[in-house]
Amino acid sequence: MEEYGIYIAAFAAMAIIGAVLGCIIGIAVKIFKVEVDPRIELVTELLPGANCGGCGKAGCADFAKSVVDGENAPNKCPVASQEQVAAIAQALGVELGESMKKVAVVFCGGDKNQEKVQTLYNGVSDCISASLIAGGPKGCAYGCLGMSSCARACPFGAIEIINGLAVVHPNLCVGCGKCVDTCPRDLIKLVPVDAKVHIYCSSPEKGAVKMKVCSVPCIACRKCVKAAEEGQFDVKGFLVGVNYDAEKLPEADIVEKAKCPTGCLLTADKHVKIEESEKKDKGEAA
Amino acid sequence: MTTKTYKTVTFKGGVHPARDGKDLSRSAAIQEAPLLDEYQVIVQQNIGAPPKLLVKKGDEVKKGQMIAEAGGFVSVPLHSPTSGKVKNIDRIPGPMGVPTDAVIITADGKDEWGELMPPLDWKNTDGATLKKRICDAGIVGMGGAAFPAHVKLSPPPDKKIDYLILNGAECEPYLTADHRLMLEETEKVLEGAAILGHALGVKNVFIGIETNKEDAIHALLDKCDAYGVGVVGLKVQYPQGAEKQLIYAVTGRKVPAGKLPMDAGCVVQNVGTAAAVTDAVKEGKPLIERITTVTGEPIKNPSNWRFRLGTPVSRAIELAGGITQEPGKIILGGPMMGFAQKSMDVTVMKNTSGILLLEKSDVIQYQSTACIRCGRCLSACPMNLLPGSLSAAIESEKFDLAAKMNVMDCIECGSCAYICPAHRPLVQHFRRAKAEIRNRSKK
Ligand code: SF4
Ligand code: SF4
Ligand code: SF4
Ligand code: SF4
Repeated sequence: MEEYGIYIAAFAAMAIIGAVLGCIIGIAVKIFKVEVDPRIELVTELLPGANCGGCGKAGCADFAKSVVDGENAPNKCPVASQEQVAAIAQALGVELGESMKKVAVVFCGGDKNQEKVQTLYNGVSDCISASLIAGGPKGCAYGCLGMSSCARACPFGAIEIINGLAVVHPNLCVGCGKCVDTCPRDLIKLVPVDAKVHIYCSSPEKGAVKMKVCSVPCIACRKCVKAAEEGQFDVKGFLVGVNYDAEKLPEADIVEKAKCPTGCLLTADKHVKIEESEKKDKGEAA
Repeated sequence: MTTKTYKTVTFKGGVHPARDGKDLSRSAAIQEAPLLDEYQVIVQQNIGAPPKLLVKKGDEVKKGQMIAEAGGFVSVPLHSPTSGKVKNIDRIPGPMGVPTDAVIITADGKDEWGELMPPLDWKNTDGATLKKRICDAGIVGMGGAAFPAHVKLSPPPDKKIDYLILNGAECEPYLTADHRLMLEETEKVLEGAAILGHALGVKNVFIGIETNKEDAIHALLDKCDAYGVGVVGLKVQYPQGAEKQLIYAVTGRKVPAGKLPMDAGCVVQNVGTAAAVTDAVKEGKPLIERITTVTGEPIKNPSNWRFRLGTPVSRAIELAGGITQEPGKIILGGPMMGFAQKSMDVTVMKNTSGILLLEKSDVIQYQSTACIRCGRCLSACPMNLLPGSLSAAIESEKFDLAAKMNVMDCIECGSCAYICPAHRPLVQHFRRAKAEIRNRSKK
């Protein structure tokens, strides 16, 4: 029996130390208690959890806190679906906020087949770097450089470079806006999801100048403007663009009606399709 | 030729480009370009604020008439290269590959001067008046930077300037415009140096010149005493003509990291700038022409020309006899720091020191590979930077690290990229980082 004594003593000592430390922790917890709002956790769980930063906050948890604090409306998360936003609003009993989902569009149609390649370029494969030395190989000084700066910045893999042109897949883009600032040529804009058609050109030059370097520029012929209702398109100098603030955005059938001579007026789906088919053609040829 | 001697100095680092190409045009005397029927004058020819246009389509202009006024302190006015009519204000290809505004002037063939500024007796004129004249004449750094000359001449009162150094190094391969200028218009350059020294109130005025221009050195030595200007020989080594390297070679002073030459008590101006200053002060003529080397193996007659601003590069090449073979590259400036062009429609500007065409066989499209840590870029960098490590930091977008490693001190001389056996696009990386860091500090 004696040989077990030492074990019993050890267990007893451990039990006593444990109990004392436990009490200290218990008291410390009471004294130093931090009130965590359970709602923050709730909102965090309801958010998509992409941690993309598109809301301007450090991440989803940070955004959740700002929603609970009333600093942001739930719909300020560009990634959250309507249902998710509604669920958060309901859980907190706050307003949804005026909701307008957006997607990114790269306003250029000049892929390698459309836009003249003027020079050889074997510098750094990065749009910002290329824009600092004579602007890369393509002829148009306003068009897409196609060196993926935006695609690398997109946390959702929504931008693909096809034939040397950045193309946004509207079904993947959540409208976080991360790509917008990366483009050195300011080609990317967030537009309402409901916008069906876009004019894929950003060059302010005269039509003739654009035609020299690209086969799909906007030449400001205004056929689309005439075919559309008042105010659906904006003419800025030698460039026409969809007026995304218009009460009624132009419908997809405007493409048929306008008969754009260069084909820069397209629906987003069509744009992706054209580029992809060209990719396939090339693939088969190779 | 004098028997006077001069001392030869240099800096640490740099490279020795394999071919200097200067023999092509070294002995071709400066030729006056004939009057063209049209000039396309790019509006922004200076670093800093763009000048504000004063003319519109249809206006009559006289030669030397101000067509745009300075758009701020760091800016200079622009003058018409000849008399005629403003055909249009249009956009033409700019030197950086982006279309830029230009005044298209149809010459009337009379080439009539408008009213000139009154000549100044510079020895009895105060510094402020001289600086104003230099600004009014639209003078910028003509070596390539196009930085308004009067700004460099106006250091804050707490910075004492001890040295004025004229840059006649012309360390870029192929270019010979400054060489010919110093040889043929020696006194104009020397007097300009004296005027600049007077405007700054500086007694120590030196011209630094690479020793591959022996004849020009002796021409200067012959006459320099009358103007109180010293001549210093510089070892042939690129980038001898970079401001900070020149200052070190001539004075032994180092410009501290992130600081300007004036912080080391020095002001550097190009010899072409000095010649333009003489014209502006003594004759009241604004800057409307410059000396440019048209050279390269594909050029039939490599030569040096006095071109009016706005002369299209294509015309300049025609004047030099045209091309004998399809060029591989068109560069404005020298091969090391000049800008490759996409089109021949760019025009001569205040800082166009050269129009260089390279042979197709000289333009090799290297594939760049990973850094092999050979360390050659370290020994080549005249600014003591670590180009290899810097480029690695920038490739992984660690711009804060790059800033800590003093990427802002990079003078973009290209020595590292020239020497790199892995053909890494080092300078392009540094440019990107510098732009990025500048943007961030603005925010
Ligand atoms: S394409 Fe742009 S806006 Fe759309 S998800 Fe990617 S980064 Fe965000
Ligand atoms: S859209 Fe802009 S960032 Fe994207 S590939 Fe084109 S040029 Fe580069
Ligand atoms: S002209 Fe328009 S469509 Fe063509 S490359 Fe330029 S911006 Fe793009
Ligand atoms: S010279 Fe090129 S390969 Fe050698 S260390 Fe520098 S970057 Fe690396």
